[in-house]
Amino acid sequence: MPDSSIKLTPDQLLGAYRTMREIREFEESVHAEFEKGHLPGFVHLYAGSEASAVGVCSHLTPVDKIISTHRGHGHCIAKGCDIGGMWKEIIGSSEGICRGKGGSMHIADLSKGMLGANAIVGGGPPLICGAGMAAKVLGNGGVGVAFTGDGGSNQGTTFESLNFAAIFKLPVVFVFENNGYAETTAASWSVSCGDIVNRAPAFGMPGVQVDGFDFFAVHAAAGEAIARARAGGGPTLIEVKLARFYGHHEGDNQSYRGEGEVERLRSEQDCLNIFRDRVLQAGLLDAGRLDEIDRDVVEKMKTHVEQAKAAPRPTPDMLTTDVYVSY
Amino acid sequence: MARIITMRQALQEAFLHLMEEDPRVIMLGEDIAGGEGSPGSQDAWGGDMGLTKGLQPRFGKSRVMDTPISESAIIGTAVGAATCGLRPIAELMFVDFMGVCFDQIMNQAAKFRYMFGGRAETPVVIRTQIGAGYRGAAQHSQCLYPLFTHIPGIKCVIPSSAYDAKGLMIEAVHDNDPVIFFEHKFLYDSARDDVPEEAYTIPFGEASIVREGGDVTIVALARMVHVAREAASVLEREGISCEIIDPRTISPLDEDTILESVAKTGRLVVVDEAYPRCNVGKDIAALVAQQGFADLRAPVEVVSPPHTPVPFAPELEDAFIPDAAKVADAVRRVAGWQRGGGK
Amino acid sequence: MTVEEGSIHAITVPKWGMTMEGGQVTTWHVEEGGPVTAGQEVLDIETSKIAGSVEAKVSGVLRRQVARPGQALPVGALLGVVADLSVPDAAVDEFVAGFVTESVDETAESGGPATKSVELAGGKLNYTVQGEGGETVVLVHGFGGDLNNWLFNTAALAAEHTVYALDLPGHGASAKSLDDASMDSLAAAVAEFVSKVVSGRVHLVGHSLGGGICQLVAQRQPDLVASLTLIAPVGLGPEIHGGYLQAFIAAKNRRELKAAVTELFHDQSVVTGRMVDDILRYKRILGVEQALGRLAAANFPQGGQALLLAPGTEALGIPVGLIWGREDKIVPASHAAALPSARLLLLDGAGHMPMMEQAKAVNEAILGWIGPARSVS
Repeated sequence: MPDSSIKLTPDQLLGAYRTMREIREFEESVHAEFEKGHLPGFVHLYAGSEASAVGVCSHLTPVDKIISTHRGHGHCIAKGCDIGGMWKEIIGSSEGICRGKGGSMHIADLSKGMLGANAIVGGGPPLICGAGMAAKVLGNGGVGVAFTGDGGSNQGTTFESLNFAAIFKLPVVFVFENNGYAETTAASWSVSCGDIVNRAPAFGMPGVQVDGFDFFAVHAAAGEAIARARAGGGPTLIEVKLARFYGHHEGDNQSYRGEGEVERLRSEQDCLNIFRDRVLQAGLLDAGRLDEIDRDVVEKMKTHVEQAKAAPRPTPDMLTTDVYVSY
Repeated sequence: MARIITMRQALQEAFLHLMEEDPRVIMLGEDIAGGEGSPGSQDAWGGDMGLTKGLQPRFGKSRVMDTPISESAIIGTAVGAATCGLRPIAELMFVDFMGVCFDQIMNQAAKFRYMFGGRAETPVVIRTQIGAGYRGAAQHSQCLYPLFTHIPGIKCVIPSSAYDAKGLMIEAVHDNDPVIFFEHKFLYDSARDDVPEEAYTIPFGEASIVREGGDVTIVALARMVHVAREAASVLEREGISCEIIDPRTISPLDEDTILESVAKTGRLVVVDEAYPRCNVGKDIAALVAQQGFADLRAPVEVVSPPHTPVPFAPELEDAFIPDAAKVADAVRRVAGWQRGGGK
Repeated sequence: MTVEEGSIHAITVPKWGMTMEGGQVTTWHVEEGGPVTAGQEVLDIETSKIAGSVEAKVSGVLRRQVARPGQALPVGALLGVVADLSVPDAAVDEFVAGFVTESVDETAESGGPATKSVELAGGKLNYTVQGEGGETVVLVHGFGGDLNNWLFNTAALAAEHTVYALDLPGHGASAKSLDDASMDSLAAAVAEFVSKVVSGRVHLVGHSLGGGICQLVAQRQPDLVASLTLIAPVGLGPEIHGGYLQAFIAAKNRRELKAAVTELFHDQSVVTGRMVDDILRYKRILGVEQALGRLAAANFPQGGQALLLAPGTEALGIPVGLIWGREDKIVPASHAAALPSARLLLLDGAGHMPMMEQAKAVNEAILGWIGPARSVS
């Protein structure tokens, strides 16, 4: 078990809390607006899983790359993408970080090392092998992290990528966020070896399973894996066991979930509350600072939403731009 | 001063130039050197057709990599590396294997730039073998380039000559978009041409006028260019003069050259070795029917194989592949066509 | 049936230049049964490089037009038959039926040019050599050209002399790097070539930029040069069609290049698709466009000529011949006045490439100027 005693400075702790809160409030605001019918397309919300994205990405630098799943807002924010620009992208504005051309499922900012949410399950792992390969060849010390779900853990592309990364000792980390459901299908049923971490030795790499509601547990395990990758030690498989508060996508009736399951998660396994309790108990921060962050993030998110709604829409000429660099 | 070399040699010169020119160029694929981890010699094959022999000994394993048989990982790695600053050349050994990695091409490489609002570049080249004629049977003999041509965001290059292959390959790696480079396996050693020693490029979207003529336009791809040439010699003796156009790149397609030729001749035959439904020949025929209708003096004919997989038995495979006789017949039909007179 | 040997003469597809493999017949100028005289142009052929005319080598009657317009034939193939009317039809038919096209060998053994190269200080220089004995002639092409610019001239000159045609640095099959693009540097390379490869003094024949280069060679190293023949040379006046140079350099495709190259010729139909494609192949070699840009910038800045060579050339004291097309759009024929002591051949109906457009007249003039005691017919 990784050592999860707190080794972060107060500033780092505040930063981590703020980012998790930003993700939470982002997802809640998207949920609210979607319910009102203001958002086109599909959105897949990450609320409840914040500790994973932030626990991992807080170790990463601008040269490092991440790639995500269709449930990518959290990773995007954790990697430092512009939240206002992200909201504009979700609503399809031409001022979105993908100029309204990608939407929620393809949200990306390569300049921040976020190689995109990916609407193809299992689409990310092969690409992160590429990021790792590039870092290796260019010698820039960079690391790649692929976030995949329990569903994606069963894709052939994932198995190929694990094997590929191991034999080439690529500087990558495969993070499998096991929220228990691939759409409606339970991971406990679909993963033949029970826990995803059990696959690691089959692919010749170290594996670790962590409690995804505990930021510090994730942070410790991720730190080790990222350091191993950066030092040339090859890939690691991290299985983060966590939950999503919302359905697979907004509009999911969630009838496959247990009675009271989500209520219990919100009251007993909210990673933000667990974080708050830990740092208060350890006397590292006081509640006032955290409350201040909560208020500030909520206020700012309101502004982001308003600005997104007022932001310019794409014009017809933008339909055919940016297919190629040149044609 | 002619220096006649084969398409194989021309491509090898291109690879050598590209690997020397830019350290960001890497090559990966199955057995592109050969012998990785095996007890015998390294660089055992240099690719299943020997195209990449000598590169790993020269440039090292960090830049010329054998891989496991994991097309998704190979192509996905190449695509991901391209978005992260490298200029990879990945080999998909046979285009027939596209089924196990097409997502990385169709949904990832092709779409990054568009989905990410123009804020991504994916300068990857995927080279792959196409074509029948070696009795490779159904799963090793297809053309399949229509499936790729269909996808916005990738470019499709298909040389018919040694000269074109070298220039287009160098251009492909210099190009900043994802490029699929189709190499007809039959042409590696049979396409021979005067090729400069130096490196050079050929722009995409420029067709080659392989033969000038005034009576019928033949548009042909890859090996079919040579078949068209054979047909044209026969037809010349009958007094029918054929103009042969090789698009060289099917995405982007040089529509102007095709339309200009049809404006001159009024008659079009397209020869495409890909299966008949939805192939590039049909695409070009539709283009001309729409934009060149006023110039047409006869229906457009598309000469393709039948709607079957590629057979194994030699006589069946030979009947499958369009030959000069079939092309000549099609040309005679359009040359002699008269309204009310039927074909 | 027997006929006198040599009484039936075959007109065959000639070999113009190293790479010509065949041509397409376009037009006959003499009807069947019509008279022909030796040297008369009897039909037109289009090759991969250029369109040109085939001459009858003997006088007589054109008994058969064997080749039809539109027909593509290899080098050496039978085009027509010339014989006196006294030769029976049956004999002519037999001749036609029995004619076998000789396959043409590209080596010097068959009398064609041999291709060689020499390593100079600035890199590899490619050249051909053809003919033996007589004087030594060195042909130097112009901007953006190559030794194939002389494809209608080498055979005629090589019939009496030893003829070298070279690819300038940055051109043809010579090294393309062209670090120093000044005319001086190119002249130094040509002089180095002459010293290394040839013995004795040479007759330099230079076209356009090559004409400027040849003047510089003669001025800097007079020991090497017996005479100068300058065809539409640079260096005799300030004007040059800078727009042509820029268009040539900038042309990215067939259309653009054809538009530029057409300005070189008086008869625009001479510019074939294949000629344009061949120039494109050269331009697309990596580094060539940059080299041409440096060449233009160094020698023709702001659309004019940088060097005035006339006084130096006038002072040389060696024979100088000038050939110019009146219709030259690139370097005006009026520049000829800058060399009042030169022998001048001014050609009507010729543009900037008279050695291609009016090869016969140009070849006659050069042979006349070089050859000892040879009368110009």
